[in-house]
Amino acid sequence: MLRIIKYIMYDILRTRFMFIYFLFLLLSTIALFQLDSEASKVVMSLMNVVLMVVPLISVVFTTIHFYNSYEFIELMLIQPVNRKVVFWSEYLAVTISLSLAFLLGVGIPILLYGANASALMLLYSGLMLTLVFVSMAFLAAVLTRDKAKAIGVGLLFWFYFVLIYDAFVLWVIYTFSDYPLEKVSLALIAFNPVDLARILMLLQLDISALMGYTGAFFKNFFEGYAGFIFSTALLLVWMVLPVGFATRIFSKKDL
Amino acid sequence: MITIDNIKKNFGALQVLDGISLSLNRGHSYALIGPNGSGKTTIIKSILGLVVISSGSIHVEGEDISRQWAYREKIGYMPQIGRYPDNMKIGQLFDMMMNIRKNSGTLDEELIETFRLRDLFDKRMHTLSGGTRQKVSAALAFLFNPPILILDEPTAGLDPVSVEFLKDKILKEKNAGKLILITSHIMSDLDELTTDLIYLYEGKLLYSNPIKQLKRETGHDKLGKALSSIIIQTQND
Repeated sequence: MLRIIKYIMYDILRTRFMFIYFLFLLLSTIALFQLDSEASKVVMSLMNVVLMVVPLISVVFTTIHFYNSYEFIELMLIQPVNRKVVFWSEYLAVTISLSLAFLLGVGIPILLYGANASALMLLYSGLMLTLVFVSMAFLAAVLTRDKAKAIGVGLLFWFYFVLIYDAFVLWVIYTFSDYPLEKVSLALIAFNPVDLARILMLLQLDISALMGYTGAFFKNFFEGYAGFIFSTALLLVWMVLPVGFATRIFSKKDL
Repeated sequence: MITIDNIKKNFGALQVLDGISLSLNRGHSYALIGPNGSGKTTIIKSILGLVVISSGSIHVEGEDISRQWAYREKIGYMPQIGRYPDNMKIGQLFDMMMNIRKNSGTLDEELIETFRLRDLFDKRMHTLSGGTRQKVSAALAFLFNPPILILDEPTAGLDPVSVEFLKDKILKEKNAGKLILITSHIMSDLDELTTDLIYLYEGKLLYSNPIKQLKRETGHDKLGKALSSIIIQTQND
């Protein structure tokens, strides 16, 4: 398995996409630190970048990579190699390289300008989002038979979780604003990995007071280890489920 | 040896393989023929596990292949259209395959030498012509000295000299007692290379017998003629 991962990594590094992604994150993080001297404000702005860009890049890169390495996958599958090993090697290689590009791109400036708890939480949430969206993109890739459709399905996931779902949550909260909605909104958030990551960061930034009763309730819930473990566990579920389904589909797929 | 027992495969509503049973033995060399879309490549891909059959079973050397992978060590496969990672150099490709197959036996580099592939080891796969790709595919199929060779249109796209090299190599391996399965549309090649004929038509097995018997039955001594008379005969039945 390590041998196969090595060849896939080599292939990924050759395309320079990772380097550009790393450079983009590095430059935008440095720029934000230059613009603002207050670390928490920088983290706040970075958060918006991370919540939008990381899932998008993860989805697009993963689906394109999967279809570009179709020849390689085919070649491996006529060798005495287990299908699951080929699939997981692809998954791990993509996950590792995207995570490294993110951690280095955002992490290096953060370390240079001074790390604090909220900055570390930003790194953590970005990493989790990478894992979740790579996993979803692999599902999109095995569900379809060509590259364009796979990217389409992947982008649909992104649209849904970054934009549409939030609109739905807002609608629910607005319509039923006469009722106590703390627990309902907590449940709704659990169904969206992007919201989970956002809550994790917002609570670190200590601006939950701006969010009224629900904010106070969340602060109460997510503060301390229990809330952290709860959201991490949910994010892990969001990672394991799609890639689990994808493995099942791939092991029965005709090539 | 390979035993295929009543396999069926459908892609959606299209029944590609419709209850095929075959038994392929060592020391024989089989010509798998049939019109375009008759299921030849699907049978080959089923044996390799690239296509998952809907029902029936395939055994390679006595082992049921469903969800297995280690058996592929015994198979050398030359695809109809060899597709390889574009960015890789030929040399790297061969290194990678040797690395992944962790072969314990001796390597058979004869085709690498006769096709002079070593001179091209620095070329990237996407710069290669179709014929050179075919040579790479052929060299890879024979490289690990497998007891079973599956060749999907091996001579298509090769220049006449290389075709002769490849045919000599196939005959040599056949005489060494390997199981060889070839699909081709070139009857004269098959006449030289194969001992048994398998004829597929719309996913069904129409004819499967030694070529000598076919020639005796039909009274023709050219495979092409003998085959067309048997096709006409079965269509009249």
